[in-house]
Amino acid sequence: MKVWLFHLAVLVALAVLALMLPAYHANNLARILMLAVFATGYNLAFGYTGMLSLGHALFFAAGMYGAALPVSLWGLGALPGLALGFLAGGAVAAAVGLLALRTAGVSFMIVTLMFAQAGYLTVIYFNQTTGGDQGIVLSGAGRMLAGLDMTQDGPRLMVALGLYAAGLLAALALVQSRFGRVMLAMRENEERSRMLGYDPFRVKLAVLAISGLYAGVAGAGYALLFGYAGAGFSGVQYSILPMLYSLMGGAGTVLGPLIGAGAMFYLIDIASGLTTAYLMGVGIALVVLVLFAPRGILGWVRERVLPWLP
Amino acid sequence: MGFGPFLLLAVMEGLVSAAVLALTAVGLSLVFGVMRVVNVAHGAFFMLGAVVAWFVAGHVAGPPVWGWLAALVVAPLVVGALAALVDISVLKRLNYEPEAVIVATIGVLYILEQAALMSFGPDARPVAAPFTLRLQLPWFGYSGYKLFVVVAAAAVLAGVWLLMARTRFGLLMRATQVDRNTARAFGINVDRVYAGTLAVAAVLVVPISQVHYLMGADPLLLAFITVIIGGLGSLRGTLVAALVIGLSDGVISMFWSPTLSKIIATLLVALVLVFRPQGLFGAKA
Repeated sequence: MKVWLFHLAVLVALAVLALMLPAYHANNLARILMLAVFATGYNLAFGYTGMLSLGHALFFAAGMYGAALPVSLWGLGALPGLALGFLAGGAVAAAVGLLALRTAGVSFMIVTLMFAQAGYLTVIYFNQTTGGDQGIVLSGAGRMLAGLDMTQDGPRLMVALGLYAAGLLAALALVQSRFGRVMLAMRENEERSRMLGYDPFRVKLAVLAISGLYAGVAGAGYALLFGYAGAGFSGVQYSILPMLYSLMGGAGTVLGPLIGAGAMFYLIDIASGLTTAYLMGVGIALVVLVLFAPRGILGWVRERVLPWLP
Repeated sequence: MGFGPFLLLAVMEGLVSAAVLALTAVGLSLVFGVMRVVNVAHGAFFMLGAVVAWFVAGHVAGPPVWGWLAALVVAPLVVGALAALVDISVLKRLNYEPEAVIVATIGVLYILEQAALMSFGPDARPVAAPFTLRLQLPWFGYSGYKLFVVVAAAAVLAGVWLLMARTRFGLLMRATQVDRNTARAFGINVDRVYAGTLAVAAVLVVPISQVHYLMGADPLLLAFITVIIGGLGSLRGTLVAALVIGLSDGVISMFWSPTLSKIIATLLVALVLVFRPQGLFGAKA
């Protein structure tokens, strides 16, 4: 109960914040929320189940193009587009998982990385359709999501917040459930949970598919909310970012990815005002986090202050 | 130009890329075989070697060959020193934990790439070849330097093989493959051999392709592919895989498209890892 009230309070605080922020920061918040949806799903696989994937950009891109292509090519509405992207992310993740989960550890990282790279190259290869690096710009009817105009700051932030709230509550319900306990068991000791009668392959495949659904809806949402889908979003960098957000906010915490995404977004925002080499910040953050703070911000808080935090 | 000569050109181009590929991959395979460490910053080290080569070549007076030779000495030293620094200040402190090492070396990759962007700039820059001999075949002329690269790569690889197979050092290295803890104690030397061969590869390649701060991306990917298909830690497998991938890359790129050849190669790696994790030539782990 305490847990649910706490997270609802966080969502209310976010909504209040959304109403008060000036336009520039409100826009940033919308982006952060969409990236946080992505990272929350990533964290389910990485933080809770112990699957370190380097291929989530593929699921993000699947959602992005799963929504953007039908919307721009065949004039599909934005809402069905969003649903399509959601499903595309999950389907691609499940397909990759069927193969990649036959491996573990470093091999799993490389296999997912290679699938994502093949996906990125495929987007480039079919640049007649996908627009390649130039990308697709969505406009007009494609930006009307359930009667809300996504070209307007207010409705856009509202939709982003709604998507994040849904993602957060679903993740919370998942990790609090019996299945969530099994996920942790996979992370802590796969052999032992196999001995207890759980099938690691099935559990991990299910989590990876759920994680893919998150990535898919985040990708689709990102395309529809900001009106652009490009090959850059399927590059390896977008596999690294959710990992970075999770590590920074706290791997294996429900709110960690949001905190990590927000902190990293503003870090890069400030750095890019100073230099074109803003990715330097990402690199330094990764090394410092791995060396000195492997538990991340919320992991630290949970250890010292709020031991009941999920 | 008929189909035959065209194929010959494709094969020659493929041979050159196979030679460079083998050089970049052999170090990666060595480091993985002995230290069980996957270095994602691999491509960035390669890029750094190329940038150092460009810098040295630009600051040595006289004919291009002097600058090139100077680069051949300086670049391995600089890259080797940096590899040692990363090893001591980051990897050792992580206890060579495989997953943490990957995350940390991704960080190192970004740091090096962006440092190059800030100092070297976003433009691609050429480095003059040490000599400009042109081989005139009946159908087309071909750069003599490219053929020299193939010969030089073969020489370096033979050297690495001799080191690993015929010396006491190599014996120790191979012995440590069995024992992780001992491997750590010896690991740092491998790290330098690795960085050294990588830098030599970079110096060899800059007169062919230009220096650019993102030039590490392709070698990183291809080297991974080569090492995995050849079997992690297997020297011979790496060489065979480099030849196969280099040649097929040359041919597919020439007749279809470079992107298509990369898609095929990356998918191949994923499938090899899934269905034959010891690589096509590696022994069962």
